[in-house]
Amino acid sequence: MALQDICNFQSVFEDRLTTEYPAVPHGKKIASNYVSGLPFSNNKSLFHFYIPVAEYLDESPIQFGQISTVQNCSAVSSEDPFLTSSSLPTCLPFASSQSVPLPFPMAHGTTTLAFMFQGGVMAAADTRSSCSGLVACPASQKILPIHSHLVGLTSGTSADCALWKRILARELRLYQLRHGRRLSTSGAAKLLSHMLHPFKGTELCVAATLCGWDGGEQKNFVDSTNAKVSLAKDERFSFSQQCSIRKKMNLSGPRLFYVCSDGTRLRGMLFSVGSGSPYAYSILDQGVHWGLTVDEAKSIAREAVYRATYRDAYSGNCVDMYHITSKGWTRRNREDLKEEYYREKERRKHEKTESLKI
Amino acid sequence: MFQHFGDPGKMKDYHYTGPVEHKFSPYAFNGGTVLAVAGEDFAIVASDTRLSEGYSIHSRDSPKCYKLTDTTVIGCSGFHGDCLTLTKIIDARLKMYKHSNNKTMTSGAIAAMLSTILYSRRFFPYYVYNIIGGLDEEGKGAVYSFDPVGSYQRDTYKAGGSASAMLQPLLDNQIGFKNMEGVEHVPLTKDKAVQLVKDVFISAAERDVYTGDALRVCVITKEGINEETIPLRKD
Repeated sequence: MALQDICNFQSVFEDRLTTEYPAVPHGKKIASNYVSGLPFSNNKSLFHFYIPVAEYLDESPIQFGQISTVQNCSAVSSEDPFLTSSSLPTCLPFASSQSVPLPFPMAHGTTTLAFMFQGGVMAAADTRSSCSGLVACPASQKILPIHSHLVGLTSGTSADCALWKRILARELRLYQLRHGRRLSTSGAAKLLSHMLHPFKGTELCVAATLCGWDGGEQKNFVDSTNAKVSLAKDERFSFSQQCSIRKKMNLSGPRLFYVCSDGTRLRGMLFSVGSGSPYAYSILDQGVHWGLTVDEAKSIAREAVYRATYRDAYSGNCVDMYHITSKGWTRRNREDLKEEYYREKERRKHEKTESLKI
Repeated sequence: MFQHFGDPGKMKDYHYTGPVEHKFSPYAFNGGTVLAVAGEDFAIVASDTRLSEGYSIHSRDSPKCYKLTDTTVIGCSGFHGDCLTLTKIIDARLKMYKHSNNKTMTSGAIAAMLSTILYSRRFFPYYVYNIIGGLDEEGKGAVYSFDPVGSYQRDTYKAGGSASAMLQPLLDNQIGFKNMEGVEHVPLTKDKAVQLVKDVFISAAERDVYTGDALRVCVITKEGINEETIPLRKD
């Protein structure tokens, strides 16, 4: 549904399959495989990825000492492709398949962090995008706003993160249009986790931290003084639903969720993800508590990213900071950490001369 | 010992080291370097024209810039088979867009479309390093650089391909004025940019074996696309 519409390759492959299949003799494998959709989608298939069947790699026209590797997926792929595409994703052919060895490295390595405090959620990330030793981009954006009150931090392969954020933004917008209210951060995290589930076991690598502020939208849901009036008006709500609505009013506020492509979905007060996260954690564990002011929170986040970039080779360049409150997210200007490094050097030199004087 | 393509430009081991398992790889590395620079009202896309594989040169006249529209040029380097297919697919999609929307795609729209085309092949990627250069809707120069699976962003300058690691720092210094103290940031003129691109490729041909033969420069302005070919080292 989502990815297929965005990537729009369905028509190309379906034509090939429908025209080629009757003519293909029984037993020959067609070099493509489909993953069918998740239960909530109303389309036949959610994603139409071109996934090479392992036999394609073994059946080369050039015979020079190839060893056919026995794999679990070959049993599945020997079935009729139509049959596999119509079943739900209980059997995933590529979960154990040996994917094509890539001749290039993917972008990885980062430091991102987010924590909750009394003034909302503070999110910070570095801006270096590295590809096994080469800095592919010194000014990439790792904090992507999804909507006015939700921001996502990305870690992992940048292409995966960019696409999946885009899909999540689209799904959240559709939810908002259909149901008249924003989906909560918890719901968004669950949605992302379920969308990533069919790709568990593949080389997809997404470790996202969703930071948002829930609630505070429609008056008749949140405003407790008007609640009785609006509820009386609308007699559809039963007593239990009224209780749950009142409970919901306490559930608004800052939220922080960590979602990973291996299936993890965690709620917390403080998260740091990436190769530089151990260094960031040490600064954050030392200084973060609920009662921080906004300026203190900003300086701690900045310091944590700076220390992580100082020690971690795969993090560096600049720091991005976003602050999410009930009014939405605000972005702080990108700051080059090179200046911070030189300031620190000056300070150390100054301290050294001071101590020598005494 | 499993031979994999972790490092595409590396020499193959020809001495006997024990039984080697050869597996068919659907990828090959055909070399080549692409570069794009965006200016105030122009964009330049340049590429060398050498097509190589391993120790051999297949062709000395295979440029890697492809004209997409009157205001957009794409440079593709990597595996030549995937470059050809990808440009055919992009051309087809451009035509479809033109017929259904009655207007040509803008550079930004082409970039977004290419990102989704590349990502649809996430598990069997196109081994192509793309750089799109063109003019945006306001007439300013735009450069979009991609990785093989579709992650992209807009830049001012970018080098891709086999000599990218050599060219990118030079561009950072000369166009981005990085790591230079006390230098006036003069905006780049078109003639200066073309001269810089030529010099930069001459340097690349000196040190990178997969770059050379000739340089094809496409300058995109609102008047149109102007192509120029300059010879480089042939050895």
